[in-house]
Amino acid sequence: MLIKRPSDIPSSEITSESHYLSRRKFMQAFAGAAAVAAGGSVLSSCADAESPASSRQIAELPSRPLDFVAAQPVSDNNGFSTSEKLTPYEAVTSHNNFYEFGTDKRDPKRYAGELQTDPWSVVIEGEADNTGTFFLEDLLKNQPLEERIYRLRCVEAWSMVIPWVGFSLSSLIKRAQPNSSARYVVFETLYRPEQMRGQRSRFNTLEWPYVEGLTMAEAMHPLTMIATGLYGKSLPVQNGAPLRLVVPWKYGFKSIKSIVKIKFVNARPSTSWNVSAPREYGFFANVNPKVDHPRWSQASERRLPTSLFDSKRIATLPFNGYAEQVANLYTGMDLRRYF
Amino acid sequence: MLSKQRKLIKTALLLLALTPLALMIEAAIGQALGPDPAEALADQTGEWALRLLCACLAITPLRIITGKVEWLRYRRMLGLLAFFYACLHLAVYWVFILRLQWADFFYEFAQRPYIAAGMAALLLLVPLAITSTKKWQRKLGRQWPRLHRLVYLATVLALTHVWWQTRSDYTEALTYTLILLALGIIRFRRKRWFK
Repeated sequence: MLIKRPSDIPSSEITSESHYLSRRKFMQAFAGAAAVAAGGSVLSSCADAESPASSRQIAELPSRPLDFVAAQPVSDNNGFSTSEKLTPYEAVTSHNNFYEFGTDKRDPKRYAGELQTDPWSVVIEGEADNTGTFFLEDLLKNQPLEERIYRLRCVEAWSMVIPWVGFSLSSLIKRAQPNSSARYVVFETLYRPEQMRGQRSRFNTLEWPYVEGLTMAEAMHPLTMIATGLYGKSLPVQNGAPLRLVVPWKYGFKSIKSIVKIKFVNARPSTSWNVSAPREYGFFANVNPKVDHPRWSQASERRLPTSLFDSKRIATLPFNGYAEQVANLYTGMDLRRYF
Repeated sequence: MLSKQRKLIKTALLLLALTPLALMIEAAIGQALGPDPAEALADQTGEWALRLLCACLAITPLRIITGKVEWLRYRRMLGLLAFFYACLHLAVYWVFILRLQWADFFYEFAQRPYIAAGMAALLLLVPLAITSTKKWQRKLGRQWPRLHRLVYLATVLALTHVWWQTRSDYTEALTYTLILLALGIIRFRRKRWFK
């Protein structure tokens, strides 16, 4: 996998939303028609045929176009897509919380070029049969990618709508073959202070490497995904390249970036923000408008991008609007206590 | 120093201190503040208020170190500029973030102590800004320096405002604190020498 530094991206290479949207429409129409003929397994490589960029040597591009199945029309799916307006690519890739690069929202994009994400490998260990160190290429080999349009709700009360490309975490977990002792899945972000300047800060109370975790049921839920791209291209470093977790019904900090380790464990793991400020960040961190964070009211959110004269404030929905799909994971649980 | 020279320095200082505001306005008009412009403006105005407060509080230590009274001539302007940016900071928060909603304002004020701390700091600066003129200085006489000692309380509150809202990386909060602490130490020692 060839990923060059994002600073090399000429702006002309970035897919504009309008171009992207028209391409999406094309793909959806095509997918609809071809699904009948091909039984639903349609790769979008064909969709790039109408793009002049496809004639270029795509492997050289910092953000490579990916082959994936386009998101299905909203009516056909269960939370896998939404008709809400997409947050522009520029906003998705320039306003990030990725404290490994600094705490300012602009820091991740600013310093992303300092991180080398190729080669990349992921350690899978713990209570599973198929453990070991896997090269990213091997991990992704034969893994079909699909597009999903999810809402992303940050604990800081802002949100975005992002077209991710990736696959269900469950498919990776199945390949790892966890045993019956595996009750939680723990994820770790890369720790490489020489390339991630936020990790060099002496006065940071977050412990590195960044750790997040899910219950097995949450990890196996079809909505839980591993993203390797967004807007049809491989992930920019600031968004968690080369692979990250996306759990759309939880606050964004659960969706750990730049994963190097996946571990199956028996006991609930200590997770970074929860350890740093347990009163503020729970292990579950399900989006819940009724449980306020001490710093931010969670009753509403600002859908980015905002403007000075329109804060785009909208009501926050329980489980970020995915209650229908995921509320049953928490039946009988006091969500105020287990926030 | 010639009064003409002094005026030149003052004008230069004023222009320098207003440059961040000009850049913010330019960025706002050019939509270059990023996807969350209100937050960006609130951040930047707050930071400049604190920086100018540091500059204002550096005057007396500079006088002590250099032995030149001349420095005092720039103190009022720096203090007023810090106050000006603090007012902008509140205005941005109030207009662009809370959108003039009183209910939200009271809610935030009650729920989030760092906002109360920041508000208190700004409120304390109000009487200082009002009485910063020569006229008030004469009128208040010996009470004037006493009243203006409130700036130290305002500074502590402003720092509280910064510390309290830091989520994980305390580098910035610590930097401001150490700078202000150093300035305070120089000042405090001078007082002891006087007694």
